[in-house]
Amino acid sequence: MTFPGVKALDHVDFTLRRGEIHALMGENGAGKSTLIKCLTGVNNFDAGEIHIEGIEEAIKNRNTLEAQKRGISTVYQEVNLCPNLSVAENLFIGREPMTKLHTVNRREMVKRAQKLMNEMNLPVDVTRNLDEYSLALQQMIAIARAVDMECKVLILDEPTSSLDDTEVEKLFNLMRQLRDRGVGIIFVTHFLEQVYAVCDRITVLRNGQLVGEYPIAELPRVKLIAAMMGKDFDDLASIKPEGGLHSGTETLIDAKGLSHAGKIKPFDLELARGEVIGLTGLLGSGRSELARAIYGADKAQTGTLRVKGKDVHIKHPIDAMNLGMGMLPDDRKAEGIIGDLSVRENIILAMQARRGITKLIPMKEQEEIADHFIELLQIKTASRETPVKQLSGGNQQKVIIARWLATDPDFLILDEPTRGIDVGTKTEIQKLVIKLAQEGKGVLFISSEIEEMLRTCNRLAVLRDGAKVGELSGEMTQEMVMKTIAEG
Amino acid sequence: MMKKKRMNSNSILLMLTILLFAAMYISGCVAYADKGFTKLQVFLDILKNNAGLICVVCGMTAVMITGGIDISVGALIAMECMFMAVGVEEWGLPAVVLLPLMLVIGLVFGLVQGYFIGYLEIQPFIVTMAGMFFARGMTAVISTQQVSITKSPLMSKLSTMKFNMPFEIGAYLNKKGKLMVPNVSIYVIIALVVLIATFLILRYTKFGRSLYAVGGNQQSAALMGLDVKKTRFKAHVMCSFLTSIGAICYVLNTMCGTTRQALGLEMDAISSAVIGGTLLTGGVGNVIGSFFGVLINGTISSLVKFNGKLSSAWPNVVTAILLCFFIVLQAIFARFRKKD
Repeated sequence: MTFPGVKALDHVDFTLRRGEIHALMGENGAGKSTLIKCLTGVNNFDAGEIHIEGIEEAIKNRNTLEAQKRGISTVYQEVNLCPNLSVAENLFIGREPMTKLHTVNRREMVKRAQKLMNEMNLPVDVTRNLDEYSLALQQMIAIARAVDMECKVLILDEPTSSLDDTEVEKLFNLMRQLRDRGVGIIFVTHFLEQVYAVCDRITVLRNGQLVGEYPIAELPRVKLIAAMMGKDFDDLASIKPEGGLHSGTETLIDAKGLSHAGKIKPFDLELARGEVIGLTGLLGSGRSELARAIYGADKAQTGTLRVKGKDVHIKHPIDAMNLGMGMLPDDRKAEGIIGDLSVRENIILAMQARRGITKLIPMKEQEEIADHFIELLQIKTASRETPVKQLSGGNQQKVIIARWLATDPDFLILDEPTRGIDVGTKTEIQKLVIKLAQEGKGVLFISSEIEEMLRTCNRLAVLRDGAKVGELSGEMTQEMVMKTIAEG
Repeated sequence: MMKKKRMNSNSILLMLTILLFAAMYISGCVAYADKGFTKLQVFLDILKNNAGLICVVCGMTAVMITGGIDISVGALIAMECMFMAVGVEEWGLPAVVLLPLMLVIGLVFGLVQGYFIGYLEIQPFIVTMAGMFFARGMTAVISTQQVSITKSPLMSKLSTMKFNMPFEIGAYLNKKGKLMVPNVSIYVIIALVVLIATFLILRYTKFGRSLYAVGGNQQSAALMGLDVKKTRFKAHVMCSFLTSIGAICYVLNTMCGTTRQALGLEMDAISSAVIGGTLLTGGVGNVIGSFFGVLINGTISSLVKFNGKLSSAWPNVVTAILLCFFIVLQAIFARFRKKD
């Protein structure tokens, strides 16, 4: 199929065998989503054929329902269930067990739903509304629905991005269980570790074209990344400058006893120019909350904050912006990106807000700034006037980073800037963070991937259950971080 | 996990609506006991005066659950009542033919609106606003007079037909010592049948459940293999059809057709549904709540009538306050749920 101007998929062959877990890998925009959408009937394709076991001729799914009937089910990154319905209904809607009177047999539905949940070891009361359960459980429920529809092909499109480690492990067990039952699973993810933990085979796409299909044993990590990026692997470990980063002399941020009731307990944090400090801890340990307290997104209720040596009171994010802070929120869809505005407008947004709405930035200047950052961050976009929603996830992320860089902040908070984006872009963003620090800015960096933090940060603050429990610096290892989280 | 919160916020809202109704009704009984507010007949009269609205609110609830709205219902009732009245009085057609024709008109009306909304994906508000102008306009095209129905014996018979309460429940002796048994008209029974049928459809049929799914998350519903377009289409057809049944109740109660018939009824229906816990954003609501919403509005009117001194404008003011109260409550519940 083709998109305007771009061929999204170009003569790609893909084979899924019965009872295997098959990773579909590629950078953002490589055509993974498009391939999946062709399989599931969300998009139509222009050329090529799809064959499935048990059906003689080539199939063409016109919509999701047809794909499901032919045994192809999909679970997406965002949970696609109805939050206002009970779990049982979410599992059975559209195919409810019926009574003789052709009405929905609720009792039977609940019974079967509960049995299904018990089989999959999910601690769920199926009569309750879906939105009472965590995202992770909702994801599992979505998979349960797909599985119960007796699918032959299960497509998991980045199902792990909202799960923590134990939940991921549960998901993997489930996947293996399904594989052994003969289900073919297509697994799309950005986490390399997960690919090697659970998959049997890898297909790599790049720029809409097939790079190759490999058994997992024949494709070590470095080769996989090289295949995805189409160039020799830029050794990730070497991005840190020789001898590490040097902390500057001027203290940028000095927080003492900041807290926000119920979210983050009083903490101290100091950050100098030229430093990258990482916030680490398990999902929900208060990493984002700590950052939000400094930035004023959640007003700090106790403690003092000194910025560049002066006592300040930040009531709203705009105060923080005026003090030279910038923050990239973790939920870029909800808090950051404005999809219908163009790349230029999105980049200029924070800068304009800081100047005040009356002092409009001249168009010419806006265009120059936009072009500068598109170039600097290598944002892949058709033009600076393209609506941001048409960009891939990683490029949207870059646009938001550009937005804050445009305000020329001294202190930048980056909350999960690399989540859900491909390895190549990840490395670029990590390099950018280090470059910013070298230029004398201070960066607070939050990421769920400890390795990434170890590569990028020169200090780590460790959090557990909404409290800062330790700080690490110098030679840091993954074990040290885990030990601090565990023992603090 | 979270075992304790057995009742979800929606059922709490429904409980509140029912409690509010009970509180209002009981306070009426205490305050106006001497004027006879305690009599069962007073309650039955609330049902009688609102029979048409009950039918309409059933359809409105179904549409609102999908996230839609229908503001054509009042005008549709006016048009059909006028059609009936003029049909009997001027065209000399028998009511036996006209009654089913009213239903057919409603069905066609709903098919057209539903097609625009469901399949052409035009905003329900715009489509039904066009429907409203059309129906109001057609009412005046048929006749600008107030036409009373006098020539149809069948209509007169249906209109005055009374059903006494079984086992003389709530019966009392009047001043002359005659036994008075509370009674309801046939259209109250029609309305209650519609109410129960809608309740069952929403709760126990595939169609009913898909209404909730579509209202909860349209995209998800489509990805789960539901036909979103068809569901929204059907919801609007259902609404117009139930409104036509409401029109029959209406014309039996008033026995006339005027251009100002059922003016603003759509707003009464929407406010009743909202007070009854239906969310304008879709996905949440049930007809039992909406029914109590109607009863609350009816009770307010009755209370004002029994008081005798208050202006008849007061019910609107009270409804406005109640609406605010319930909308704020819903917003608070929604926020709490997000925080969880």
